[in-house]
Amino acid sequence: MNGAARTSPTPPAVRSVAAALHTIDGRIAAGGVALAAAAAVAPFLPSYPLTLLTQAVIVAVLAMSLDVLLGYTGLPSLGHAAYFGIAAYTVGILATEHQVGLAGCLGSALFLATATAALFGFLAIRATGTYFLMITLALGMVVWGLAFRWVSMTKGDNGIAGVPRPELGLPWSLSAPLPFFYFALVAATLAWAAMGVLVRSPFGLGLKGIRESESRMRALGYSVWLHKYLAFVISGFFAGFAGVLWAYYNGFVGPVDVQLVTSVETLLMVALGGPGTLAGPALGAALIVFLKNFVSVYTKRWLLILGAVYIGVILWAPRGVLGAFSRDAR
Amino acid sequence: MSAEFWITQAFNGISYGALLFLLASGLSLIFGVMRIVNMAHGSYFMLGGYVGLSVVWRTGSFAAALLTGALALALVGVGMERFFLRRLPGQTLGQALMTIGFALIFQDLALLIWGGDPYSLPVPPMLQGVLTAGALRFPVYRIFIVVVALVIGAALWLILDRTRVGAMLRAAVDDREMAQGVGIHVPRISFAVFAVGAALAALGGVIGAGFLGVYPGADFEVLPYAFVVVIVGGLGSLPGAMVGSLLVGLLDNFGKALFPELSYFTLFAPMALILALKPTGLFGRA
Repeated sequence: MNGAARTSPTPPAVRSVAAALHTIDGRIAAGGVALAAAAAVAPFLPSYPLTLLTQAVIVAVLAMSLDVLLGYTGLPSLGHAAYFGIAAYTVGILATEHQVGLAGCLGSALFLATATAALFGFLAIRATGTYFLMITLALGMVVWGLAFRWVSMTKGDNGIAGVPRPELGLPWSLSAPLPFFYFALVAATLAWAAMGVLVRSPFGLGLKGIRESESRMRALGYSVWLHKYLAFVISGFFAGFAGVLWAYYNGFVGPVDVQLVTSVETLLMVALGGPGTLAGPALGAALIVFLKNFVSVYTKRWLLILGAVYIGVILWAPRGVLGAFSRDAR
Repeated sequence: MSAEFWITQAFNGISYGALLFLLASGLSLIFGVMRIVNMAHGSYFMLGGYVGLSVVWRTGSFAAALLTGALALALVGVGMERFFLRRLPGQTLGQALMTIGFALIFQDLALLIWGGDPYSLPVPPMLQGVLTAGALRFPVYRIFIVVVALVIGAALWLILDRTRVGAMLRAAVDDREMAQGVGIHVPRISFAVFAVGAALAALGGVIGAGFLGVYPGADFEVLPYAFVVVIVGGLGSLPGAMVGSLLVGLLDNFGKALFPELSYFTLFAPMALILALKPTGLFGRA
């Protein structure tokens, strides 16, 4: 779109706004079409593909939340499952042992996930590059360790089973697959829209600036630390949101939800789809969810394939699927 | 809490720290020279243990297990470095992500080859038994681990500090470009460091298999420990790896003994504290 804009005789400001609007429209339209298509096809799908689609929609929120950090701010977190898992555990514990409803679960889960991100961010944002990677990994392992060892609270390796679906007071029960799919779709769309507004806001543009050149942004008078910290906390908030949906969807919460492989898978979804776009990671999430489930029908060697995909993406498509097909060269 | 409790736990902590040193010193050196965060380092540990196990099953020789495990994983490490990581020069994140891909593949391959059951590596009779001093009991095997770590640590220190190769390596750690400029073949050094680092991790894996056992998931279980050691000690620093391993070994042991449910917190909270006070770690340089 840059090539087309450059040849037109309009003033630069109008040109850049037009170019921005063009990309926004294109991506939002594509995303909207995908969502509408999913909503329209859903009633005709057999239950297994519908379940996978629900899973993809929820995991897409997690992948997008990580992308706010990785793709927009340039901070590779390897502990993103922590906030996802904390929210999922909060819902699991509150809904099974204390019969708390949707509002209470959602509020507490988002609060705890965000608070954890606020604490971890405080420790991690000091570091850059590889140090950041290692510290987030270590912090993520703390949460995994708690999930695994704090048996009196989390039931350890057994996990928390039988998390009931929420009651909305609507005529449709969310325990059926189709109504729950629409519930997840609406929730995910809201999260997508919120993150979309965020990354296009002046704050979001500040994050992109930090990704490109921290020193330049500092010279321009931006508070780099605060921008990164807020991005970290916001990213944790949306990961927590995905965790809430996941706990309700899966009906089970266990250490597997907070383990390193979950963080790694999320990172791969972002890398596969294309960091720095929201649609990319969502697409990556869908690809991984479907690939994982189809592969596991034929073979148990899922991790082997995941690892090979990982290496392949980094070698041959470092900007992801969307990046590989995009004319928009960064 | 008797004095015996403290002495026994401190001894256990020190011997675990000695094992961690074998793992973390290689990780730290690899990072120092190549700026690669090797996420597959825990896999070298686990695969080393499995290879050692197979060798002991076939030959019955513990020494052969140590040697074969270290050699096999040195080859694996060198292969990763030469054919994959070198294709992404300077891309820190890309390299780290690629090593994750390898870690996943290694985990699944180990499951495919050795199955999901945990195994314990048979220890030679010479290293079995317990030394007693009054009410105190010191397993010989744990003393052996400490001795191995001391020998390896001393050898690494001598090489790094007293030889020409060591001086070249330190130059490469400090300033890769300048080192290359004065005629040091840095790629060759990277190659050697990757081989030694992987071999040390595998050595730790074979020795660790003697008292921790080998099982699926051991790779990602030890990896955070190695990370905490190098974060606390400072990346690329050998004294940092020594002090860090000792600290982490002790913290982990006392944490598990005193607060079993919160044991990870007792390990990571001090890390966070050190990081807040000194972001480059105790011995690290910016």
